Amino acid sequence: MQEVQEAIQFSPYAVASWIGRILWLIPALPMVAAGIIALLKQPKRKLASSLAIGSLFLSLLLSLAAFADVLAGWASGHAVRETVNFAWLTFGATPVELGWILDPLAAVMLVMVTFVGLLIFIYSTGYMAHDENYTRFFCFLSLFAGAMLGVVIANSLLLLFMCWELVGLTSYLLIGFWYQKPSAAAAAKKAFLTTRVGDIFFLLGIVWLFAQTGTLLFYSQGAGNMEPTALAGMLASPAALGLSAATAIGLLIFAGAAGKSGQLPLHVWLPDAMEGPTPVSALIHAATMVAAGVYLIARVYPLMAAGVQPGGTTTALTVVTWVGACTAVFAALIAVAQNDIKRILAYSTVSQLGYMMAGLGLGGVAVGMFHLITHAFFKALLFMGAGSVIHGCHEEQDIRHMGGLSKTMRVTFLAYLAGMLALTGFPLVFSGFWSKDAILESAHQWKAGQGPYFLLVFGALLTAFYMTRQMGYVFSGNYRGHGDAHESPRVMTMPLVILAFFAIALGGLGTPLWPWFRSFLLDRPASFGLTGFHEPGLLVLMLTSTAVVAIGYGIGWALYVGKSPAASEPDALESKIGPVWTALSHRLYVDELYGVTVIAFYYWWAGVADWLDRRVWGGMVGAVTWFFGLWAKFNRFLDETFVNGGFDKGCEELSIGGGLLARVQSGRVQTYLRLLALAVVVLAAILIWSSRG
Amino acid sequence: MTPLAGYLLVAALVFAIGLAGALTRRNAILVLIGIELMLNAANLNLVAFWRYSPHPEALTGMMFAVFSIAVAAAEAAVGLGLVIALYRHARTADLDEINRMKG
Repeated sequence: MQEVQEAIQFSPYAVASWIGRILWLIPALPMVAAGIIALLKQPKRKLASSLAIGSLFLSLLLSLAAFADVLAGWASGHAVRETVNFAWLTFGATPVELGWILDPLAAVMLVMVTFVGLLIFIYSTGYMAHDENYTRFFCFLSLFAGAMLGVVIANSLLLLFMCWELVGLTSYLLIGFWYQKPSAAAAAKKAFLTTRVGDIFFLLGIVWLFAQTGTLLFYSQGAGNMEPTALAGMLASPAALGLSAATAIGLLIFAGAAGKSGQLPLHVWLPDAMEGPTPVSALIHAATMVAAGVYLIARVYPLMAAGVQPGGTTTALTVVTWVGACTAVFAALIAVAQNDIKRILAYSTVSQLGYMMAGLGLGGVAVGMFHLITHAFFKALLFMGAGSVIHGCHEEQDIRHMGGLSKTMRVTFLAYLAGMLALTGFPLVFSGFWSKDAILESAHQWKAGQGPYFLLVFGALLTAFYMTRQMGYVFSGNYRGHGDAHESPRVMTMPLVILAFFAIALGGLGTPLWPWFRSFLLDRPASFGLTGFHEPGLLVLMLTSTAVVAIGYGIGWALYVGKSPAASEPDALESKIGPVWTALSHRLYVDELYGVTVIAFYYWWAGVADWLDRRVWGGMVGAVTWFFGLWAKFNRFLDETFVNGGFDKGCEELSIGGGLLARVQSGRVQTYLRLLALAVVVLAAILIWSSRG
Repeated sequence: MTPLAGYLLVAALVFAIGLAGALTRRNAILVLIGIELMLNAANLNLVAFWRYSPHPEALTGMMFAVFSIAVAAAEAAVGLGLVIALYRHARTADLDEINRMKG
């Protein structure tokens, strides 16, 4: 981090408060906890979970303080949008800036993520109590919580993307937590690679956005890329196919969101992700991470809606709506024919994420986000309830081997029932009814067609049906599993009860009677009164959705409740719709389709690359190697023959000479003396001879 | 007076006898005696040349001879000491036996 440049920037509305300045602590605390846990030894289980829970609890307190701060600003009529930006890197004259933001959207998400996260952390201490890798689990879980909170508070698309990828990494690590199981390892890889497809487009969108606006900050005193100046610039600059740059970038970012949030056609990883431990499914693959895509679209909503006319829509929002609506029905259809308790919930999550996306596209941030928040609570509740059921049935996940659990698992049953009613949208009392109704209402009023409306209503029918089917299999009739089912420990059931309370109570924040949530997010004063019901068609709509849900319950009840069919028997619906059922139970063959198209192409292409590698590039390298080998052989020949030979000959001569000289050294004094005498005689002869001449 | 050549002849004879002795005898002491003979032949030459030189009144040759004899005495002492040490070491004075210094 470079020097903090202009550490605190003031929003047009409000001065960054103390909580705005230390907002970074919220994601930092769980991350630090994860770092410490990573260094702990395996036996320190108690310490690891206490650290994780403690840090998240502190984050929750800070989040509540941030929420209170925003709330106080909103109540006094001054919308709060506090940002703290700083330069992170500088390329030439261009600074890359990071920053965090506190506005109603972030505040709501912060409270939701920390609160649901804390409950799931506590639940995990019970669920994972017998796992030998307990500390590793809490390390990953803490890291995830930190990264997710980072996504929530990011005011820079770059910071968001970093945390986004961290979230993807922890998702990968946690899906593959039981990596000894080949299916878990494969599911982890599948999740990572599938989301990566979306992330590539997301990254392209980020780069394009940076090229267009020169900044990655969302809000920066009028200079951010979600503020009118930048949006107008992007609208004016054309991309291909008659789209403006704003639309094209919005669609690229949506591709990233679709990958993370399991939208068609990138939904395939999410059901497989259920291989992870159930608390992971509840936290990451139901409540928070998969909602990150929805949150991202809500965050860049000004871009998606750039240039919108009152009552109209934009290309980007239309795409979001249709993808969401199709996903909602597609996944709900598949959920009908699944037998794995978690897999049903996974497809239900995909379906509900479709609702959220459609809600964003149809009705804007408040509609989509309200469903996100309520869904986070009741889906976390359902997953944790499923975990409790699985725990109680001795790790059995097939609903055909359960049954009659309403008697043995009283608390779990009641909590699960609350979650199920909230998910299906039981009228008036449960939160899911109000959040889903808001989406249906916006769909009904949508000017660009009624297609999404009918799709979403059909989805609601399917949701009611498959959840009734699941409840019928799991909780009614006789127990068909092995051993005796038993209720889970209190540490697991207490979070269920708390979540069940919120699954009901949260609806009160978003009724037409008192549309507090919508007003809060849209920065309007909330009014309490019956005026909300005066909107045309609202009561009819409520009655329609009630009727649809009732039909779903009715069919489900008639077919499944109290029947206790044996596991080998065909499903009650299977005999009626035959081949359709087969297709649905095979998940509409999407995996198989990808198998013969994308993956087959990938294998073919890998084969081509392999051939190129071996034959072409390998051949070139081989030729060069062969040439150098030859050259080396030639060098060796020169060396051995000439250089070595020469030295050897010289040495031999020296050795012979030495031998001759050694023979003169006989060791006999008289021999030496004789040589001496001879030398003297020769010397004398020379002297005489020379003196004569 | 006897001509110079006579002295020189005698000296040459003594030298030849000494050389022959030093080269042929196997006993170390006899070899030493041969060497002494050769030295004395040289002394004889020195004195003879001095006596027949242009300035016999300067005692140069005599001085040479006296020095040479002194050196020879020392050399004989060292030589005999070596021979005794050798004998103690090898239990023989036969030079053919003592050839450990060969290359």
